[in-house]
Amino acid sequence: MQTVHDPSTSSYYVNEQLYQELVTSFADWQRDELAIHNLAERDQFRMLVEKEARLLDQLAFDEWLAMYSPECIYWVPGTPAAGDPRREISISFDDRRRMEDRIYRLRTGYAWSQAPKSRTVRMISNVETFATDQSTVRMVRSNFLISEFRVDGTRFLSGWCGHRLVRTAHRWEIHVRQVNLIDCDQNLRNPSIVL
Amino acid sequence: MLEKLTTARIESAADLYDWDELVQEDRVHRLIYTDPAIFQAEMTNIFGAVWVYLGHESQIPKNDDYITVRLGLRPIILLRDSQGKIRALFNRCTHRGTTLCRKDKGSARIFTCPYHGWSYLNTGKLRAVPWPDGYACDFKDSKFNVAQVPRVDSYRGFIFATLNPDAPSLLDYLGAITKPIDEWLDRQPKGKIAVCEANRLKYKGNWKLAYDNSGDGYHVVFSHRSLLEMENRQADVANKGMSYYKGSPDTAPMYMAYMGNGHHFKDKRPNIQKRAGGLWAVEGPAPGTEHYAEELRRRFGARAEEILDLASSEPVNINVFPNFSLLGNHIQVFEPVSVDETNVTWYGTAVVDEDGTLDGAVDEINALRMRTQEQFPNFGEVDDLANFEEIQRGLACLEDEWVYMHRGLDIPGRVKTDANGIITAPATDEAFMREYIKEWKRLMKATPHLAVQREP
Repeated sequence: MQTVHDPSTSSYYVNEQLYQELVTSFADWQRDELAIHNLAERDQFRMLVEKEARLLDQLAFDEWLAMYSPECIYWVPGTPAAGDPRREISISFDDRRRMEDRIYRLRTGYAWSQAPKSRTVRMISNVETFATDQSTVRMVRSNFLISEFRVDGTRFLSGWCGHRLVRTAHRWEIHVRQVNLIDCDQNLRNPSIVL
Repeated sequence: MLEKLTTARIESAADLYDWDELVQEDRVHRLIYTDPAIFQAEMTNIFGAVWVYLGHESQIPKNDDYITVRLGLRPIILLRDSQGKIRALFNRCTHRGTTLCRKDKGSARIFTCPYHGWSYLNTGKLRAVPWPDGYACDFKDSKFNVAQVPRVDSYRGFIFATLNPDAPSLLDYLGAITKPIDEWLDRQPKGKIAVCEANRLKYKGNWKLAYDNSGDGYHVVFSHRSLLEMENRQADVANKGMSYYKGSPDTAPMYMAYMGNGHHFKDKRPNIQKRAGGLWAVEGPAPGTEHYAEELRRRFGARAEEILDLASSEPVNINVFPNFSLLGNHIQVFEPVSVDETNVTWYGTAVVDEDGTLDGAVDEINALRMRTQEQFPNFGEVDDLANFEEIQRGLACLEDEWVYMHRGLDIPGRVKTDANGIITAPATDEAFMREYIKEWKRLMKATPHLAVQREP
């Protein structure tokens, strides 16, 4: 994607058009008639979400960010129906700059909620790929189970992800990742890892 | 009514400890954070006997709307009944004690118990009992109506409730803290806000650790060091966010104040230039910042600055004892779960513009305001909560008994009391902590006679 502004230092792309696109593209997309059955294509996207999970487990944040479009969104809704982020608070709603903020903070060594750091292992399964009305856009649904060990025990975070992937000249890149925790509308203890 | 048992239990709470020994001028005993018996007593003497925040009127805007909340540990249905009266019903069937409502929110004229089908109007009055001919009693007896909190009152949309017939009026209870609450509201069009979901957090620690912290200007540069470094990582934003805490916060114009009845207030507004756009100038970057700022400036010219201030965090911490804070644009609510577990919910607030005062800018401002509000819970609060958990762990050291709150104590001229009894001190002072915990002690020594009410 071409951009006039550097999305690491300014945020012009988070605008009404993007929000509208998000609300529209994340509504009613998991439809049987749109499911992609081609195994090679499905496998390609399965590998992509598995790679992302591995990079996050390894805290390889630079490589993780590199999987995303320059103008990207990391969205953790605070309600099960996701809602409209223009009108409601999300658990997290990061543009690229805030994703980089998040990583910068974790790397300062003074983010007490992550000092010591959590150790995580992610299981990804039930990966389904869906076509959209644009040939360069795919939607992927996957289920996750994160085992997170920190300080006094291991806990489990679970839910499903919706990836909106966009085809560029060389690759599929992540435009939006929506992380839906099953308990997103409940009080969460220390939600400080990148999900 | 088990009069004897009730009385005995309350008296034993008051006699549990020598409270003056536990709460001293400069320090408190670890037990106030760790003892399950003290927690149990707090659920009566604090979360029962004083006005406790339950919710905001915008969460139940129409007749028959409800949300489920808690008063201490008591499950409550906070609702607007079919006639429009706001009530706090115990979420408890009078028959077997089952909760009547299991949803977080909704709309209902009637609550029917899922267990045996007893049904109630949303006034709390018993409506019907299945197969009544199996009972000899008269169901017109008011004892079968749902118990409800006898005193429910709102202050400008904020709903509080108490089970204590002897408590002062809500207005008297809030007292001097109403002034900053008014100012917080009155910067919004028509002085109105609407709750719009929340960042919901939890920590394994006593609820008072959060209330101790809510007025604390001492922890900021340490507990939030990662946030401050993050906020200032780019040169053009080097003086944004909470950067006014750097250097010497005690000589900055901001201050903390103890406002009586356990309420305290940290006012950072004097650090900010008092002009349209003054708040926006120090607001850190958020998703959409540049787009919305440029768009609004293009449309509104110089007036855009005051509009952008509405998307900026108000630099105050207005803390109403025991469980309610206004900070930034959030309504923060503390909800005790157990002696060592607390929910901290940061309700977001949106601007409401019923009269079009903002000439169509309200949606854009809210889109931006949602993102500015997500910053602190994501990058600041999580570190405080980690520190509260580590306090709770540290307090397991039985033999090291004391926790100190004596910063500023006995320094001549540092802590000032005005004619109205309002106590002010530099921003990092712990005077507010010493004062509110005195009030806590007074309440723990008392023997309140709590009561419920039922429809006649």
